[in-house]
Amino acid sequence: MHEIDAVDRRIINELQGGFPLSPRPYAEAAERLEMDEGELIERLQRLLDDGVLTRFGPMYHAERMGGGLTLAAMQVPEDRFEAVAEQVNAHPEVAHNYARDHVLNMWFVVATDRPDAIGETLKAIAAETGLEVFDMPKLREFFVGLRFEA
Amino acid sequence: MMAAAAILGGTRPLVLDGIDRAIVRATQAGLPLTAAPYRAIGEAVGISEAEVIRRMTAMLEHGVIRRIGAVPNHYRLGYRGNAMSVWDVSNDRVEAIGEKIGALDFVSHCYWRPRHPPLWPYNLFAMVHGRTRDEAMEKVARIAEILGTEDRGHDALLSSRILKKTGLRIAG
Repeated sequence: MHEIDAVDRRIINELQGGFPLSPRPYAEAAERLEMDEGELIERLQRLLDDGVLTRFGPMYHAERMGGGLTLAAMQVPEDRFEAVAEQVNAHPEVAHNYARDHVLNMWFVVATDRPDAIGETLKAIAAETGLEVFDMPKLREFFVGLRFEA
Repeated sequence: MMAAAAILGGTRPLVLDGIDRAIVRATQAGLPLTAAPYRAIGEAVGISEAEVIRRMTAMLEHGVIRRIGAVPNHYRLGYRGNAMSVWDVSNDRVEAIGEKIGALDFVSHCYWRPRHPPLWPYNLFAMVHGRTRDEAMEKVARIAEILGTEDRGHDALLSSRILKKTGLRIAG
């Protein structure tokens, strides 16, 4: 594992969007970053290998691709928490699941190929666990300007 | 572009065909780290480089692709305080407030979602990030300050444990 240096920081800070759609995109991006193509590719590979970047490429928008996506929450009794987590996680449609400090203590993201499959998955989870599932689909998404600063 | 407050969602959906979906499958784990990545994708999918670029440009313009670039692991960059802040604001004002809060440079996601009273009175969600939990909570306090009397109640849920994280697999 390497420490990230100033050049890595510049790559991370400048390249969280706007990667060119052109025949030699790394060369073009490298020029903007004042380095050469080979060095940029090498550094990206290392940042990926070290887990500093989780991915380099396009970020897709699930709903715009015709699929379904929602956030759901449940109030799970503490003594059943692990068992319920297993029941929920067993569904391949459940992409993320987090324990959170609240009365609603389990929060998970459900993604499906078809929008109407969301309801089926939530219903199945409610039936299996005997717990109410609170469906919180986004009604509106607001643009965010955040770039994580390295 | 950094902090421009614009609402996504007005863009017409682009209907993806089989070739688009093949491009999605070939790129959702990442772009090839080779000098001509779109040519490599084209070879894998069986179309020309120019066709890959044309189709991905259309997906970007329609918001099917949010952006192309580096996706940092924010934990590895030292952001260890991550809170889901949730707010009860009037439905009449939620869109204006959401734009304003989303534009703050420490908010990574900002959504209007339905309430489930009485257990869940909150309709605006904003993920905030700081180097520590205290720093994240200071940012929640900053949002409260900005909202003033429009904040009818809020909470901040820290994630205590990741139970599952496989990521989205979007193309069938």
